[in-house]
Amino acid sequence: MSAAAEAHHGPPPIHYSSRISPAVLGMFLFIASEIMLFGSFFTVYFFDRVANHGVNGHWPPPGFHRPVFSTFINTLILVTSSGTMHWATMAIKRGNRAGLQAGLLLTWLLGVTFLFTQIVEYHRLGFNTGDTSFAATFFGLTGLHGAHVLVGLTILLVMTIRAFRGHFSPEHHHGVEIGGIYWHFVDVMWIVVFVTVYVL
Amino acid sequence: MKNPFRSERDAFRFVWLVIGYFVLIVIGYYIDHWLGLAVFVVLSSAAIWFGVLRGRGERPVRQVPAPSPADEHRILVVANETVGGPELLTEIRERSGGRTARVFVVCPALNTPIKTWTSDEDQARAAAQRRLDDSLASMRSVGLEAAGEIGDGDPVQAIEDALRTFRPDELIVSTHPPGRSRWLERGVIERARERFAVPLTHVVVDLDADRTT
Repeated sequence: MSAAAEAHHGPPPIHYSSRISPAVLGMFLFIASEIMLFGSFFTVYFFDRVANHGVNGHWPPPGFHRPVFSTFINTLILVTSSGTMHWATMAIKRGNRAGLQAGLLLTWLLGVTFLFTQIVEYHRLGFNTGDTSFAATFFGLTGLHGAHVLVGLTILLVMTIRAFRGHFSPEHHHGVEIGGIYWHFVDVMWIVVFVTVYVL
Repeated sequence: MKNPFRSERDAFRFVWLVIGYFVLIVIGYYIDHWLGLAVFVVLSSAAIWFGVLRGRGERPVRQVPAPSPADEHRILVVANETVGGPELLTEIRERSGGRTARVFVVCPALNTPIKTWTSDEDQARAAAQRRLDDSLASMRSVGLEAAGEIGDGDPVQAIEDALRTFRPDELIVSTHPPGRSRWLERGVIERARERFAVPLTHVVVDLDADRTT
Protein backbone atom coordinates (compact mmCIF):
# COMPACT_ATOMS: atom_id res chain seq x y z
CA MET A 1 0.00 0.00 0.00
CA SER A 2 1.35 3.43 -0.89
CA ALA A 3 2.08 6.15 1.68
CA ALA A 4 -0.73 8.30 0.31
CA ALA A 5 -3.22 5.48 0.66
CA GLU A 6 -2.06 4.78 4.21
CA ALA A 7 -2.44 8.45 5.15
CA HIS A 8 -5.96 8.63 3.76
CA HIS A 9 -8.83 7.94 6.13
CA GLY A 10 -12.50 7.66 5.34
CA PRO A 11 -14.25 7.03 2.05
CA PRO A 12 -12.35 7.31 -1.25
CA PRO A 13 -12.35 10.73 -2.92
CA ILE A 14 -15.24 11.43 -5.28
CA HIS A 15 -14.36 11.45 -8.95
CA TYR A 16 -16.70 12.31 -11.78
CA SER A 17 -16.74 14.08 -15.10
CA SER A 18 -18.75 17.15 -16.06
CA ARG A 19 -20.43 14.88 -18.65
CA ILE A 20 -22.79 13.53 -16.01
CA SER A 21 -22.64 15.04 -12.54
CA PRO A 22 -24.11 13.10 -9.60
CA ALA A 23 -26.81 15.74 -9.06
CA VAL A 24 -28.02 15.60 -12.66
CA LEU A 25 -27.81 11.80 -12.78
CA GLY A 26 -29.73 11.59 -9.51
CA MET A 27 -32.45 13.89 -10.83
CA PHE A 28 -32.69 11.88 -14.07
CA LEU A 29 -33.01 8.62 -12.15
CA PHE A 30 -35.59 10.15 -9.83
CA ILE A 31 -37.69 11.42 -12.74
CA ALA A 32 -37.31 8.10 -14.56
CA SER A 33 -38.52 6.18 -11.49
CA GLU A 34 -41.46 8.56 -11.05
CA ILE A 35 -42.43 8.25 -14.72
CA MET A 36 -42.40 4.46 -14.36
CA LEU A 37 -44.48 4.65 -11.18
CA PHE A 38 -47.09 7.04 -12.56
CA GLY A 39 -46.88 5.33 -15.94
CA SER A 40 -47.95 2.02 -14.43
CA PHE A 41 -50.98 3.67 -12.83
CA PHE A 42 -51.87 5.45 -16.08
CA THR A 43 -51.55 2.17 -17.96
CA VAL A 44 -54.08 0.53 -15.65
CA TYR A 45 -56.39 3.54 -15.94
CA PHE A 46 -56.30 3.61 -19.75
CA PHE A 47 -56.69 -0.16 -19.99
CA ASP A 48 -59.73 0.01 -17.75
CA ARG A 49 -61.12 2.95 -19.70
CA VAL A 50 -60.69 1.29 -23.10
CA ALA A 51 -62.05 -2.04 -21.86
CA ASN A 52 -65.10 -0.62 -20.08
CA HIS A 53 -65.83 2.10 -22.63
CA GLY A 54 -66.13 -0.55 -25.26
CA VAL A 55 -68.66 -2.48 -23.19
CA ASN A 56 -70.85 0.30 -21.77
CA GLY A 57 -70.26 3.19 -24.17
CA HIS A 58 -69.94 5.63 -21.25
CA TRP A 59 -66.98 7.05 -19.39
CA PRO A 60 -66.98 7.26 -16.46
CA PRO A 61 -69.39 4.34 -15.97
CA PRO A 62 -73.01 5.30 -15.24
CA GLY A 63 -73.57 6.36 -11.63
CA PHE A 64 -70.13 7.92 -11.21
CA HIS A 65 -69.73 11.69 -11.18
CA ARG A 66 -66.37 13.48 -11.21
CA PRO A 67 -66.26 16.92 -9.49
CA VAL A 68 -64.64 18.68 -12.45
CA PHE A 69 -65.29 22.32 -11.50
CA SER A 70 -64.09 22.15 -7.89
CA THR A 71 -61.06 20.12 -9.00
CA PHE A 72 -60.34 22.72 -11.68
CA ILE A 73 -60.30 25.41 -8.94
CA ASN A 74 -58.02 23.11 -6.95
CA THR A 75 -55.77 22.82 -10.00
CA LEU A 76 -55.55 26.62 -10.20
CA ILE A 77 -54.55 26.65 -6.53
CA LEU A 78 -51.72 24.20 -7.20
CA VAL A 79 -50.53 26.10 -10.30
CA THR A 80 -50.54 29.30 -8.23
CA SER A 81 -48.41 27.56 -5.62
CA SER A 82 -45.81 26.90 -8.34
CA GLY A 83 -45.77 30.65 -8.98
CA THR A 84 -45.23 31.46 -5.30
CA MET A 85 -42.50 28.80 -5.13
CA HIS A 86 -40.73 30.42 -8.06
CA TRP A 87 -41.14 33.82 -6.40
CA ALA A 88 -39.52 32.46 -3.21
CA THR A 89 -36.53 31.12 -5.16
CA MET A 90 -36.07 34.34 -7.09
CA ALA A 91 -36.35 36.31 -3.84
CA ILE A 92 -33.51 34.46 -2.09
CA LYS A 93 -31.35 34.73 -5.20
CA ARG A 94 -31.74 38.51 -4.93
CA GLY A 95 -31.11 38.42 -1.18
CA ASN A 96 -34.73 39.22 -0.30
CA ARG A 97 -35.33 37.13 2.82
CA ALA A 98 -38.85 38.47 3.44
CA GLY A 99 -39.80 37.44 -0.09
CA LEU A 100 -38.38 33.95 0.51
CA GLN A 101 -40.30 33.55 3.75
CA ALA A 102 -43.57 34.88 2.29
CA GLY A 103 -43.19 32.79 -0.88
CA LEU A 104 -42.52 29.55 0.99
CA LEU A 105 -45.29 30.16 3.52
CA LEU A 106 -47.80 30.92 0.77
CA THR A 107 -46.70 27.84 -1.19
CA TRP A 108 -47.14 25.65 1.85
CA LEU A 109 -50.58 27.12 2.63
CA LEU A 110 -51.72 26.68 -0.98
CA GLY A 111 -50.45 23.10 -0.95
CA VAL A 112 -52.32 22.37 2.29
CA THR A 113 -55.45 23.93 0.78
CA PHE A 114 -55.10 21.68 -2.28
CA LEU A 115 -54.70 18.54 -0.19
CA PHE A 116 -57.51 19.50 2.19
CA THR A 117 -59.86 20.21 -0.73
CA GLN A 118 -58.99 16.86 -2.29
CA ILE A 119 -59.78 15.04 0.96
CA VAL A 120 -63.11 16.88 1.21
CA GLU A 121 -63.87 15.92 -2.40
CA TYR A 122 -63.09 12.28 -1.61
CA HIS A 123 -65.78 12.36 1.09
CA ARG A 124 -68.32 13.93 -1.29
CA LEU A 125 -67.69 11.61 -4.24
CA GLY A 126 -70.26 9.04 -3.23
CA PHE A 127 -68.14 6.05 -4.22
CA ASN A 128 -65.19 4.29 -2.69
CA THR A 129 -62.14 2.33 -3.79
CA GLY A 130 -64.02 -1.00 -3.90
CA ASP A 131 -66.78 0.26 -6.22
CA THR A 132 -65.75 -0.97 -9.70
CA SER A 133 -62.35 -0.80 -11.36
CA PHE A 134 -62.97 2.84 -12.35
CA ALA A 135 -63.19 3.84 -8.69
CA ALA A 136 -60.05 1.85 -7.89
CA THR A 137 -58.00 3.46 -10.66
CA PHE A 138 -59.45 6.92 -9.87
CA PHE A 139 -58.44 6.72 -6.23
CA GLY A 140 -55.16 5.05 -7.17
CA LEU A 141 -54.05 7.85 -9.48
CA THR A 142 -55.31 10.81 -7.47
CA GLY A 143 -54.20 9.18 -4.22
CA LEU A 144 -50.72 8.52 -5.57
CA HIS A 145 -50.47 12.17 -6.49
CA GLY A 146 -51.86 13.16 -3.09
CA ALA A 147 -49.07 11.17 -1.44
CA HIS A 148 -46.56 13.14 -3.51
CA VAL A 149 -48.19 16.39 -2.38
CA LEU A 150 -47.86 15.24 1.23
CA VAL A 151 -44.14 14.58 0.72
CA GLY A 152 -43.81 17.97 -0.99
CA LEU A 153 -45.58 19.69 1.91
CA THR A 154 -43.17 18.05 4.36
CA ILE A 155 -40.21 19.30 2.34
CA LEU A 156 -41.81 22.76 2.10
CA LEU A 157 -42.41 22.84 5.83
CA VAL A 158 -38.76 22.11 6.54
CA MET A 159 -37.72 24.75 3.98
CA THR A 160 -40.09 27.31 5.53
CA ILE A 161 -38.86 26.65 9.07
CA ARG A 162 -35.28 26.95 7.87
CA ALA A 163 -36.09 30.21 6.05
CA PHE A 164 -37.58 31.70 9.24
CA ARG A 165 -34.55 30.54 11.21
CA GLY A 166 -32.27 32.52 8.94
CA HIS A 167 -30.96 29.72 6.72
CA PHE A 168 -30.27 30.16 3.00
CA SER A 169 -28.52 33.06 1.28
CA PRO A 170 -28.08 34.34 -2.30
CA GLU A 171 -24.96 32.13 -2.55
CA HIS A 172 -26.28 29.06 -0.69
CA HIS A 173 -29.89 28.17 -1.42
CA HIS A 174 -29.59 24.66 -2.80
CA GLY A 175 -32.28 23.48 -0.38
CA VAL A 176 -34.79 25.94 -1.84
CA GLU A 177 -33.80 25.08 -5.41
CA ILE A 178 -34.17 21.31 -5.00
CA GLY A 179 -37.41 21.59 -3.03
CA GLY A 180 -38.77 23.93 -5.70
CA ILE A 181 -37.93 21.45 -8.46
CA TYR A 182 -39.79 18.72 -6.60
CA TRP A 183 -42.82 20.97 -6.07
CA HIS A 184 -42.95 21.89 -9.77
CA PHE A 185 -42.72 18.19 -10.62
CA VAL A 186 -45.71 17.50 -8.35
CA ASP A 187 -47.56 20.33 -10.13
CA VAL A 188 -46.75 18.91 -13.59
CA MET A 189 -47.92 15.45 -12.56
CA TRP A 190 -51.20 16.87 -11.25
CA ILE A 191 -51.87 18.65 -14.55
CA VAL A 192 -51.40 15.31 -16.34
CA VAL A 193 -53.64 13.50 -13.81
CA PHE A 194 -56.32 16.22 -13.91
CA VAL A 195 -56.53 16.35 -17.69
CA THR A 196 -56.49 12.56 -18.01
CA VAL A 197 -58.86 11.61 -15.20
CA TYR A 198 -61.21 14.60 -14.99
CA VAL A 199 -61.26 16.34 -18.39
CA LEU A 200 -60.76 13.86 -21.23
CA MET B 1 -31.64 16.02 -24.20
CA LYS B 2 -31.71 18.85 -21.71
CA ASN B 3 -33.13 17.91 -18.34
CA PRO B 4 -36.17 20.21 -17.76
CA PHE B 5 -35.75 19.74 -14.02
CA ARG B 6 -32.13 20.85 -13.87
CA SER B 7 -32.94 24.06 -12.03
CA GLU B 8 -35.97 25.56 -10.33
CA ARG B 9 -36.27 28.12 -13.13
CA ASP B 10 -36.28 25.36 -15.78
CA ALA B 11 -38.84 23.36 -13.82
CA PHE B 12 -41.12 26.40 -13.46
CA ARG B 13 -40.90 27.03 -17.21
CA PHE B 14 -41.72 23.37 -17.79
CA VAL B 15 -44.88 23.74 -15.69
CA TRP B 16 -46.15 26.43 -18.08
CA LEU B 17 -45.19 24.41 -21.14
CA VAL B 18 -47.14 21.44 -19.80
CA ILE B 19 -50.16 23.66 -19.11
CA GLY B 20 -50.03 25.03 -22.67
CA TYR B 21 -49.59 21.51 -24.06
CA PHE B 22 -52.68 20.14 -22.33
CA VAL B 23 -54.82 23.24 -22.88
CA LEU B 24 -54.32 22.87 -26.65
CA ILE B 25 -55.05 19.13 -26.51
CA VAL B 26 -58.24 19.67 -24.47
CA ILE B 27 -59.45 22.44 -26.82
CA GLY B 28 -58.85 20.15 -29.82
CA TYR B 29 -60.54 17.24 -28.02
CA TYR B 30 -63.72 19.23 -27.33
CA ILE B 31 -63.92 20.45 -30.94
CA ASP B 32 -63.45 16.93 -32.25
CA HIS B 33 -61.96 13.86 -30.60
CA TRP B 34 -59.78 13.14 -33.64
CA LEU B 35 -58.56 16.75 -33.65
CA GLY B 36 -57.52 16.31 -30.02
CA LEU B 37 -55.56 13.21 -31.00
CA ALA B 38 -53.95 15.09 -33.90
CA VAL B 39 -52.95 17.98 -31.61
CA PHE B 40 -51.51 15.45 -29.17
CA VAL B 41 -49.44 13.78 -31.89
CA VAL B 42 -48.21 17.08 -33.37
CA LEU B 43 -47.30 18.65 -30.02
CA SER B 44 -45.63 15.47 -28.75
CA SER B 45 -43.60 15.17 -31.96
CA ALA B 46 -42.59 18.83 -31.67
CA ALA B 47 -41.60 18.32 -28.04
CA ILE B 48 -39.46 15.30 -28.94
CA TRP B 49 -37.86 17.19 -31.81
CA PHE B 50 -37.03 20.24 -29.69
CA GLY B 51 -36.00 18.24 -26.63
CA VAL B 52 -34.02 15.38 -28.14
CA LEU B 53 -33.14 15.81 -31.79
CA ARG B 54 -32.46 19.55 -31.80
CA GLY B 55 -30.45 19.28 -28.59
CA ARG B 56 -28.08 16.76 -30.21
CA GLY B 57 -27.34 19.04 -33.15
CA GLU B 58 -26.35 22.05 -31.09
CA ARG B 59 -22.80 23.16 -31.73
CA PRO B 60 -20.72 23.20 -28.57
CA VAL B 61 -19.30 26.43 -27.25
CA ARG B 62 -15.75 27.01 -28.46
CA GLN B 63 -13.43 27.73 -25.57
CA VAL B 64 -10.74 30.35 -26.04
CA PRO B 65 -7.81 30.01 -23.65
CA ALA B 66 -6.00 32.92 -22.01
CA PRO B 67 -2.47 33.57 -23.39
CA SER B 68 0.41 32.39 -21.22
CA PRO B 69 3.59 34.42 -20.42
CA ALA B 70 6.00 34.87 -23.39
CA ASP B 71 8.74 32.70 -21.88
CA GLU B 72 6.38 29.86 -21.10
CA HIS B 73 4.67 27.41 -23.40
CA ARG B 74 1.72 25.47 -22.02
CA ILE B 75 0.85 22.18 -23.63
CA LEU B 76 -2.10 20.00 -22.87
CA VAL B 77 -1.38 16.38 -23.79
CA VAL B 78 -4.16 13.87 -24.13
CA ALA B 79 -3.09 10.29 -24.56
CA ASN B 80 -3.73 6.88 -23.18
CA GLU B 81 -1.76 3.76 -24.13
CA THR B 82 0.55 5.91 -26.23
CA VAL B 83 1.29 8.34 -23.43
CA GLY B 84 4.84 7.05 -22.90
CA GLY B 85 5.81 6.89 -26.57
CA PRO B 86 9.11 8.49 -27.69
CA GLU B 87 7.36 10.30 -30.58
CA LEU B 88 5.23 12.15 -28.06
CA LEU B 89 8.21 13.27 -25.96
CA THR B 90 10.03 14.42 -29.07
CA GLU B 91 7.00 16.37 -30.24
CA ILE B 92 6.58 18.08 -26.88
CA ARG B 93 10.23 19.17 -26.82
CA GLU B 94 9.98 20.48 -30.38
CA ARG B 95 6.75 22.33 -29.72
CA SER B 96 8.16 24.17 -26.69
CA GLY B 97 10.73 25.83 -28.97
CA GLY B 98 13.31 26.68 -26.31
CA ARG B 99 10.77 28.15 -23.93
CA THR B 100 9.88 26.73 -20.54
CA ALA B 101 7.38 24.01 -21.31
CA ARG B 102 4.57 23.41 -18.86
CA VAL B 103 2.91 20.17 -19.74
CA PHE B 104 -0.39 18.94 -18.41
CA VAL B 105 -1.14 15.32 -19.23
CA VAL B 106 -4.64 13.91 -19.28
CA CYS B 107 -5.07 10.16 -19.38
CA PRO B 108 -8.71 9.28 -20.15
CA ALA B 109 -9.97 6.39 -18.04
CA LEU B 110 -11.16 4.18 -20.87
CA ASN B 111 -14.14 2.13 -19.84
CA THR B 112 -17.19 0.37 -21.22
CA PRO B 113 -20.39 2.47 -21.42
CA ILE B 114 -22.23 0.18 -18.98
CA LYS B 115 -19.46 0.44 -16.40
CA THR B 116 -19.30 4.21 -16.86
CA TRP B 117 -23.01 4.69 -16.27
CA THR B 118 -22.99 2.45 -13.25
CA SER B 119 -19.97 4.32 -11.84
CA ASP B 120 -17.92 1.12 -11.96
CA GLU B 121 -14.75 2.77 -13.14
CA ASP B 122 -12.25 2.06 -10.40
CA GLN B 123 -10.28 -0.40 -12.54
CA ALA B 124 -10.23 1.94 -15.53
CA ARG B 125 -9.05 4.81 -13.36
CA ALA B 126 -6.39 2.67 -11.70
CA ALA B 127 -5.02 1.66 -15.12
CA ALA B 128 -5.08 5.27 -16.31
CA GLN B 129 -3.34 6.36 -13.10
CA ARG B 130 -0.49 3.87 -13.74
CA ARG B 131 -0.04 5.16 -17.28
CA LEU B 132 -0.15 8.73 -16.05
CA ASP B 133 2.48 8.09 -13.36
CA ASP B 134 4.81 6.43 -15.89
CA SER B 135 4.27 9.25 -18.35
CA LEU B 136 4.95 12.01 -15.83
CA ALA B 137 8.08 10.22 -14.66
CA SER B 138 9.44 9.93 -18.20
CA MET B 139 8.68 13.58 -18.99
CA ARG B 140 10.30 14.82 -15.80
CA SER B 141 13.34 12.66 -16.54
CA VAL B 142 13.95 14.69 -19.71
CA GLY B 143 13.50 18.02 -17.91
CA LEU B 144 9.88 18.84 -18.68
CA GLU B 145 7.69 20.44 -16.03
CA ALA B 146 4.79 18.04 -16.08
CA ALA B 147 1.63 17.51 -14.10
CA GLY B 148 -1.46 15.56 -14.93
CA GLU B 149 -4.76 14.01 -14.06
CA ILE B 150 -7.07 11.18 -15.03
CA GLY B 151 -9.77 12.28 -17.43
CA ASP B 152 -13.19 11.22 -18.59
CA GLY B 153 -13.41 8.11 -20.77
CA ASP B 154 -14.43 10.29 -23.72
CA PRO B 155 -11.19 12.07 -24.75
CA VAL B 156 -13.04 15.15 -26.06
CA GLN B 157 -14.87 15.48 -22.76
CA ALA B 158 -11.58 14.93 -20.93
CA ILE B 159 -10.08 17.87 -22.87
CA GLU B 160 -13.04 20.07 -21.99
CA ASP B 161 -12.72 19.16 -18.32
CA ALA B 162 -8.99 19.88 -18.34
CA LEU B 163 -9.53 23.25 -20.02
CA ARG B 164 -11.48 24.38 -17.00
CA THR B 165 -8.34 24.34 -14.87
CA PHE B 166 -5.45 24.47 -17.37
CA ARG B 167 -5.18 27.12 -20.11
CA PRO B 168 -2.88 25.67 -22.79
CA ASP B 169 -1.27 27.39 -25.76
CA GLU B 170 -1.69 24.22 -27.71
CA LEU B 171 -3.09 20.77 -27.55
CA ILE B 172 -1.40 17.49 -28.43
CA VAL B 173 -3.48 14.38 -28.91
CA SER B 174 -1.53 11.16 -29.17
CA THR B 175 -3.10 8.12 -30.79
CA HIS B 176 -2.22 4.73 -32.24
CA PRO B 177 -1.71 4.63 -36.03
CA PRO B 178 -4.79 4.69 -38.29
CA GLY B 179 -6.41 1.26 -38.38
CA ARG B 180 -5.50 0.50 -34.79
CA SER B 181 -6.79 3.64 -33.09
CA ARG B 182 -10.36 3.71 -31.80
CA TRP B 183 -10.03 7.44 -31.17
CA LEU B 184 -9.37 8.01 -34.87
CA GLU B 185 -12.30 5.78 -35.78
CA ARG B 186 -14.55 7.89 -33.56
CA GLY B 187 -13.27 11.14 -35.09
CA VAL B 188 -11.77 12.43 -31.85
CA ILE B 189 -9.26 14.68 -33.65
CA GLU B 190 -11.92 16.29 -35.87
CA ARG B 191 -14.33 16.76 -32.99
CA ALA B 192 -11.66 18.34 -30.80
CA ARG B 193 -10.56 20.70 -33.61
CA GLU B 194 -14.15 21.78 -34.13
CA ARG B 195 -14.89 22.20 -30.47
CA PHE B 196 -11.83 23.95 -29.05
CA ALA B 197 -10.15 27.14 -30.25
CA VAL B 198 -6.70 25.79 -29.38
CA PRO B 199 -4.09 24.72 -31.99
CA LEU B 200 -4.14 20.95 -32.05
CA THR B 201 -1.30 18.65 -33.07
CA HIS B 202 -2.00 15.01 -33.73
CA VAL B 203 0.89 12.70 -32.89
CA VAL B 204 0.85 9.10 -34.03
CA VAL B 205 2.73 6.71 -31.77
CA ASP B 206 3.37 3.23 -33.09
CA LEU B 207 4.17 1.26 -29.95
CA ASP B 208 4.70 -2.00 -31.86
CA ALA B 209 7.34 -0.41 -34.09
CA ASP B 210 8.98 1.19 -31.06
CA ARG B 211 9.22 -2.18 -29.33
CA THR B 212 10.79 -3.88 -32.34
CA THR B 213 13.42 -1.11 -32.71
